[in-house]
Amino acid sequence: MQLTRRDAAAALAALGAGGAVAFGAERIGRSAPGDPASDSGSGSRPSDERLRTTLVAAADVIYPSDVSGVEAFVEGFLDGRLDRSEHASGLRNAVGKLDDRAVSWHGDRFAALSAADRDRLLREIGADTAEEDPDGTAAERIRYYVVNELLLALYASPTGGELVGLENPQGHPGGTESYRRRPP
Amino acid sequence: MSGTASTDRTAVPDADICIVGAGPAGALVADRLAADHEVVVLDAGPRFDPADRLERQERAIRPAYDRPDVWDSDPERDAHSASGEWFYPLNHARVKGVGGSTLHWQGMVMRLHEDDFASGTERGIGPDWPIDYADLRPHYAAAERELGVAGADDNPDAPPRDEPFPMPAFPPSYSDGLFAEACEALEVDMHSVPNARNSEAYDGRSACVGYGTCQPVCPAGAKYDATVHIERAESKGATVIDRAPVQRLEHDADRVRAAVYAIPDGTEHRQTADAFVVACGGVETPRLLLLSESEHYPDGLANSSGLVGRYFMDHLFAGTGGVLGEPTRQNHVGFLTSESHAFYDDADEELAPFKLEFFNYDGPSPVETALSADTWGDDLLEQLREDYGTHIGMGALVEQLPREDSYIGLDPDRTDDHDNPVPDVHWNVGDRALRTIERANEVQEAILSELGAEITWQVGPDDTGPAYHHMGTTRMGTDPGASVVDPHLRTHDLGNCWLVTSGAFPTGGAANPTLTIAALALRAAEDVRDAI
Repeated sequence: MQLTRRDAAAALAALGAGGAVAFGAERIGRSAPGDPASDSGSGSRPSDERLRTTLVAAADVIYPSDVSGVEAFVEGFLDGRLDRSEHASGLRNAVGKLDDRAVSWHGDRFAALSAADRDRLLREIGADTAEEDPDGTAAERIRYYVVNELLLALYASPTGGELVGLENPQGHPGGTESYRRRPP
Repeated sequence: MSGTASTDRTAVPDADICIVGAGPAGALVADRLAADHEVVVLDAGPRFDPADRLERQERAIRPAYDRPDVWDSDPERDAHSASGEWFYPLNHARVKGVGGSTLHWQGMVMRLHEDDFASGTERGIGPDWPIDYADLRPHYAAAERELGVAGADDNPDAPPRDEPFPMPAFPPSYSDGLFAEACEALEVDMHSVPNARNSEAYDGRSACVGYGTCQPVCPAGAKYDATVHIERAESKGATVIDRAPVQRLEHDADRVRAAVYAIPDGTEHRQTADAFVVACGGVETPRLLLLSESEHYPDGLANSSGLVGRYFMDHLFAGTGGVLGEPTRQNHVGFLTSESHAFYDDADEELAPFKLEFFNYDGPSPVETALSADTWGDDLLEQLREDYGTHIGMGALVEQLPREDSYIGLDPDRTDDHDNPVPDVHWNVGDRALRTIERANEVQEAILSELGAEITWQVGPDDTGPAYHHMGTTRMGTDPGASVVDPHLRTHDLGNCWLVTSGAFPTGGAANPTLTIAALALRAAEDVRDAI
């Protein structure tokens, strides 16, 4: 099922970020608020570009296999999320920790690992069973800023809802018609 | 009058009316009086930025946040105790700030039934109100216009009305249609729910767009909240001072002289006025009176009757749900579209009034399930598909009678961030309410069985909880020895002090209380205007 621009806008609404969805590199890939030089290593201040590639790589394993259009979708909602400085800081911190573990345990950054290794690493960290907490342990922060960020964006969007059979999922302003509709 | 929306938190000189609490009652009174009087509204909590509502919605969905986090509850500011037999989660039940608890409410607004005003006479138990439905009827109509109520005159058990609702009702849901067949077979009338939620654009606010998080936050502003009337009052010149918790009411024997409030810099200020309207809800209103004890009123201000804080009531929840062998289309919207008052007026000494609710959001919300799941990818999707789609459920609200051993007091052993004793919600519930919950469960089981559902959950008398409707603690009456306020909500003891809250309710009925709060507030505003 194809994720669309509308899905990204819906994700932004559910994720609590205002403004229009700006696809492309208008903001993503610009000079990072962090230290771009740190991207040469596994440091904890990743650039916008590294945030993008990391979340796209995470979505590749977090999202169901029959979802397409993931890269543009993630770019779309991530752009809006970076407008929230506190959230963006937490996101950078969590991605930094994720990459630290990836380099230490698997020899390369998260985005450079195979899909199987990305999935394994997230579970090794404990992000599958951790309860999300923006101020918690590494596992809890990665669950909050990476895993659940992606899951919230998907399953509060129309396409994510339709995967489950719910055209207007919680968090999406999908109107007041679908609740009356007969099942397809 | 003068009007200010700045962060200047100093007292306003020459105020006519000081209102404590910027929830719906205080906001409506302020709006009614602001054009012709100098009105000041003090609220303990902050003024929230409407632009933050999407972030609050995210908190409502994400498991990292508890319900009080959505509207920035402060555990020190909002500290409380619960010494009754029944625990009371007070900070799940309220929002402190401009708009008050309407910021997180569900928004169901029906009128009390005629018999609710005469429980003692008509049902043989409990006190009668000192006013009847006819007294409040025009104010109900005005309150529906003020809040913006979407409804239909299709409830055969509702009290009579003279005018249509301001907006058409939201049409019934798909699952309402499933319930309708079962209810028809059992001869149980179903009807629309009056919602303080725009079914079409109204009063400068948009129609509902279906975010599905009505309780605890509507990002669209389609659900009424009291910021509507606070802003309107400010446009007429009222001054609203936020983050200004009132510490005590200074008074002499027969008049309140000043509201002493604290501000964030730690200083205290005195707001004088000719009239004082305390509109802090059914918990903080009696607390403020008890905190304002004096040589004139050693047991608490306006408490010659000894009843301030007594008779604390809430509505009890009863629920039953299960799964059907077919899709039920839940969780598209966060509000209800059908209910039934078919059993409401069967109430007597043994059984309380109750109303039935037909859920549109029973069972798991897929996005919330996903955020707490132990897996992802295809495994998660398969789990979500298994969990979602066939749930169906019903709720009920049940009246509890007023009891002397159910009360709001002060906890002398615990203080808030200003060293004031915290409110102690000492909540107890009697057998009539518990019997009625069993009765509501029986009806729910019958309807769901007729529907062919497999029942998988039930909330009965052993695990019921409150609906977060605080009532009864400053009882209305004509006898100063048996009540705190008169039929216009003016205290018997002090001629310039009104207590405009659901604390005035002598009994609670089974209808959500806010429309009645609003109607009483509009009625009280007339009395304040006449008095000054």
